[in-house]
Amino acid sequence: MKKKLKEIIKKYGSNRSFLVPILQDIQREYDYLPREALNALSQLIDIPISHIYTVATFYKAFSLSPRGRHQLSLCMGTACHVRKAPQIRDHLVRKLQIEPGETTPDLEYSFNTVNCLGVCALGPILVADGEYHGQMTITKADKILKELEKKERTTKKVAADEN
Amino acid sequence: MKIRNPKELEKLRNKLLANKDPQKPCINICASSGCVALGSNRLINALAKELKERGLENDIDIKETGCHGFCEGGPLLIVYPEEICYLRVSEKDIPNIVAKTVLNHEIIERLLYKDPVTGKTIAKQSEIPFFKKQERLIIGNNARIDPSSLEDYISTGGYSALAKVLSQMSPEEVIGEIKLSGLRGRGGGGFPTGVKWASTRNAEGEPKYVICNADEGDPGAYMDRSVLEGNPHSVLEGMIIGAYAIGSNAGYIYLRDEYPLAVTRFTLAIEKARETGLLGKNILGSGFSFDVTISRGGGAFVCGESSALFASIEGRSGEPRAKYVHATDKGLFDKPTNLNNVETWANVPLIINKEAEWYQTIGTKKSKGTKIFSLVGKINNTGLVEVPMGISLREIIFDIGGGIPKGRKFKAVQTGGPSGGCIPEQFLDIPVDFDELVKLGSMMGSGGMIIMDDQTCMVDVARYFLTFLEEESCGKCTPCREGILQMREILDRITQGLGQEDDIETLEQMGQAIIDGSLCALGGSAPNPVLSTIRYFREEYMAHIRDHKCPAGNCKALISYSINQAACTGCGACLKACGTNAITGEKKKPHTIDPEKCIKCGACVETCKFNAVEVS
Repeated sequence: MKKKLKEIIKKYGSNRSFLVPILQDIQREYDYLPREALNALSQLIDIPISHIYTVATFYKAFSLSPRGRHQLSLCMGTACHVRKAPQIRDHLVRKLQIEPGETTPDLEYSFNTVNCLGVCALGPILVADGEYHGQMTITKADKILKELEKKERTTKKVAADEN
Repeated sequence: MKIRNPKELEKLRNKLLANKDPQKPCINICASSGCVALGSNRLINALAKELKERGLENDIDIKETGCHGFCEGGPLLIVYPEEICYLRVSEKDIPNIVAKTVLNHEIIERLLYKDPVTGKTIAKQSEIPFFKKQERLIIGNNARIDPSSLEDYISTGGYSALAKVLSQMSPEEVIGEIKLSGLRGRGGGGFPTGVKWASTRNAEGEPKYVICNADEGDPGAYMDRSVLEGNPHSVLEGMIIGAYAIGSNAGYIYLRDEYPLAVTRFTLAIEKARETGLLGKNILGSGFSFDVTISRGGGAFVCGESSALFASIEGRSGEPRAKYVHATDKGLFDKPTNLNNVETWANVPLIINKEAEWYQTIGTKKSKGTKIFSLVGKINNTGLVEVPMGISLREIIFDIGGGIPKGRKFKAVQTGGPSGGCIPEQFLDIPVDFDELVKLGSMMGSGGMIIMDDQTCMVDVARYFLTFLEEESCGKCTPCREGILQMREILDRITQGLGQEDDIETLEQMGQAIIDGSLCALGGSAPNPVLSTIRYFREEYMAHIRDHKCPAGNCKALISYSINQAACTGCGACLKACGTNAITGEKKKPHTIDPEKCIKCGACVETCKFNAVEVS
């Protein structure tokens, strides 16, 4: 981990003002901000750990706990809101049995809501594993969940076969 | 390749133009976030494959462009030189487009724009009503250039404004020109740009910073994203000109991390400009040096506020500070700082090239130039529209936007994002500019226009904005942190049918207190969506409070679902869709909903093809 951190820090220099992009890169690497990484970072660039946590908890983009293998983001911008995004949010909450911002206990899905992705023309937007799906409906959202489940089963099967 | 002086730039431009055959067929495909979400990358691949198979890859060009604005019709494809515009194109259409339109000049009617009233098709993009009424000075080039190609930008006149400034104008003359043009900040504040530049130039302290605010956070506004994705060099050129005028050698662009494509394209633009000597040391041999660093935002709405933005660039949490010291005196790292938004910077090269007198002729007395609006929500032609200031809301919504879908009734237009307000029908004829919208209790903001129809509940909209702002409040000052929460709780109660007679009065009083007492503009304008909806839709609030009814059929606690027995065909679609088994009925016989089991999720309404599910 230290080696990876050093690589990231080298890109920016150990200037305090690059803390946000450094944390973004760490998150890109591990998909969340592991406690060990933050502790190590504090030592490497000589910034108090309290300051790192202030920043890491202020910005919405950072996650302090591991996220699910599949990530669902639902846009809740105004345009999506008036086109019934709240109905889809409620539906996903019911289906996944987690609130927005949470991860299922089996680390399968993370679900969060975002405030405008700037693709308002196609709203409501659901982003599933980085792929944008527009004009979302409850039926379409169900289909996407099913496809993700299928994908998961296939990967598990391939892994089992290989073993 | 380095361009060492303005003459060499001109030479390069002439060479690029001479090598360009305007008659050579070229297919432009929109590759901005919206169209990519609709599959435009797959179109590009299919087209490349098709041309290769036919051995035409050298005879026909493919160009990946930025956002054309007509997002409703995406993915969008234009065949040049005829300018034939095809909408909602799929991979299957590609072989036909090449065989018929490109090779045989035959038009495929099915893919053209069809007038919803007359049914007539229109082939040329510029003749589609959506485009016809616009004045596309800023986003017009998006459709013509490849945003990843510096050459494309240069061949359309790019960087000539920079060359002109560096070789013929003093910094004071540049500031004078911008002042004269009447350009005002497009981020929402509407502050005169030239005045801000002059203040930063005259402020004491070195170094001075120039910043582009690309933290476009207003939900429902995405024009800055489209400009950055579609024409990044225009923003960069504006920034370099501004830096020269202000006397700055270092700049930042604070860009939302939620816009990955914009980050990629702007990064590339910076690299290319640096390689060619348009950015960096000794720009175009003038002796002037300037460079730009990209700072990616962390997803906090408040960071669009200038002092919070500075805190974020400095590596701190984005909390604003009081504004008795202006950013132009003490901004980023406590140095004189000039912050303008993306669209403002993109206007700068245009003003320098065409001169302030020309720019002054566009717009109203106090608001000059054009403004890009994103027309979204319950509107037929969703997309980005660029219009001269002073155009009426009615023209934007009905002539350009094509009115409300499904024949429903217009109710309100929300402008100015969470700081703005909702404007009802009786004001649709007022001219749109910075000052007129403020008079109506709203504001222009960054240019989001969310159209609402009779099925949108205004109390719910007000509650939505407060929920948004409650989440995004940084928590530093009490009026904003606690006040918004309290107002939101009152609105929660109202939408649940638990409102009290004096709630409206309390909301109005609290709203005023938050406006007066908040530290920054986030809190200072937070009550606007509530106050403006109370002002124009008091009856709707009263219906919730007194009659426990939501006239728009939106607030869950106040509505119930039932099936119209005459309209139901008994197809069983709703029965399958219902997640709580609340719907029963035999096949081919009208179904019924058990209100005890119904959780009002809306799945049945969505699946019913016969409009048999009724909400009351």
